[in-house]
Amino acid sequence: MSPISRGFHRRHQEAEPAGRVPPGQYVTHDFPVLSAGPTPHTRLSDWTFSIEGSQSPASWTWEEFQALPHETVTVDIHCVTRWSKLDTAWTGVSLDVLLDAVSYTAPYVLAFCDGGYTTNLPVADLTDGKAWVAYSYNGSALAPEHGGPARLLVPHLYFWKSAKWVRGLRLRDTDAPGFWETYGYHMYGDPWREQRYAGD
Amino acid sequence: MAGTAVRGRLTWQTATVGTVTDETSKVRTLSLDVPGWGGHQAGQHLDIALTADDGYRAERSYSIASAPGEPVAITVERLDDGEVSPYLTEDVQIGDEIEVRGPIGGYFIWDPPVSGDGPLLLAAGGSGVVPLRAIIRHRCLVGSSVPVRLLYSVRSQAEVIYRSELDHLNQEADGVKVIYTLTRQQPPGWTGYARRVDQQMMAEVVWPVASAPAASAPPASAPLAYVCGPTNFVEAVASDLVALGYPPQRVKTERFGATGTP
Repeated sequence: MSPISRGFHRRHQEAEPAGRVPPGQYVTHDFPVLSAGPTPHTRLSDWTFSIEGSQSPASWTWEEFQALPHETVTVDIHCVTRWSKLDTAWTGVSLDVLLDAVSYTAPYVLAFCDGGYTTNLPVADLTDGKAWVAYSYNGSALAPEHGGPARLLVPHLYFWKSAKWVRGLRLRDTDAPGFWETYGYHMYGDPWREQRYAGD
Repeated sequence: MAGTAVRGRLTWQTATVGTVTDETSKVRTLSLDVPGWGGHQAGQHLDIALTADDGYRAERSYSIASAPGEPVAITVERLDDGEVSPYLTEDVQIGDEIEVRGPIGGYFIWDPPVSGDGPLLLAAGGSGVVPLRAIIRHRCLVGSSVPVRLLYSVRSQAEVIYRSELDHLNQEADGVKVIYTLTRQQPPGWTGYARRVDQQMMAEVVWPVASAPAASAPPASAPLAYVCGPTNFVEAVASDLVALGYPPQRVKTERFGATGTP
């Protein structure tokens, strides 16, 4: 039984669309930035996106990546620090397109990034139109502090899984914790089940 | 990235507000009596949950303001359009019960055996000083001789959080130096910095770093930087540090957006 805080009441009366804000989250109209270290600045001429760990690894330069089929999606995003942002528009390449370029059976990936960040995901959460490598936000090039030139976009999981400055995926037979997962955050991170921390 | 992982389920616990200390007109420190608190490290945060009498529940994260071994304390800045912070800074009273769980976060921490003995460069923007204060208190309580410089950017002297504590450390503690920059309003006769942090100020303030081959890992005695504040502040300071030769892996950041922790 939770103790009642006398005099505490809901201040934000703004009606939130039913079924769109997971438990424990509140809607923000800003776009807060959370990162563990300095923002890396990688020249596009040095940028590649790679899929490693398969029989036939694949890699794209920035130019090659831009030439891949892309799509614009409008999705809701949910940060483990409790803000949610609705109707965010991103342009990028579907992970279906990227994973189709390799043959694999591995059930997990570890995404790796400039700056050393990593995060782990099941492959099943990246396929069938659920995830993208996004390079544009609301019609403009993705800003470095928000993960540009390109970031992972996996909107159905907490946003730390949508790794900024992503440079590739390493296919894995076993699930291994990434950066925040090593520091006690949940291995999977489903916002609708409030999987914030290990054991949730 | 050494193992400081939080393991096992973090459960909600009932905390009792022990003391209330006004730091500025908008900022208040609450000490919390949490039976069974498992301890924390300097720089970690915790979650707070408030429940209204109609069952409405709100959760927020706050940095822990106290050192390991001290009673848990949080320092809260009132955001006028916030929901939780006005309650914690205006309404809550000694003896009230709230729910907490934690500690959370294992990266933005200073833990002497793991973090090495490099000098600490702490940079705070506004209420970003809170976890850095926990680091300084920890450094003093464990008797560490690691030199510390805190660069604290704040709009005016009236908005300095922990002012008497920091000024006391500045005068009395060996190896701790606090450098303020008052960005909007300065008292008469102020001779300190009076502008937003820029690279020239950083070059004057930070511990110099030896240039090392990019491929080699910096030694444990190399300076270690912790930067906490609003996004613009953290972006500027962190990129200045990298420009001044700090390896990115020696620059730990924690940022809050305009609505990061209402």
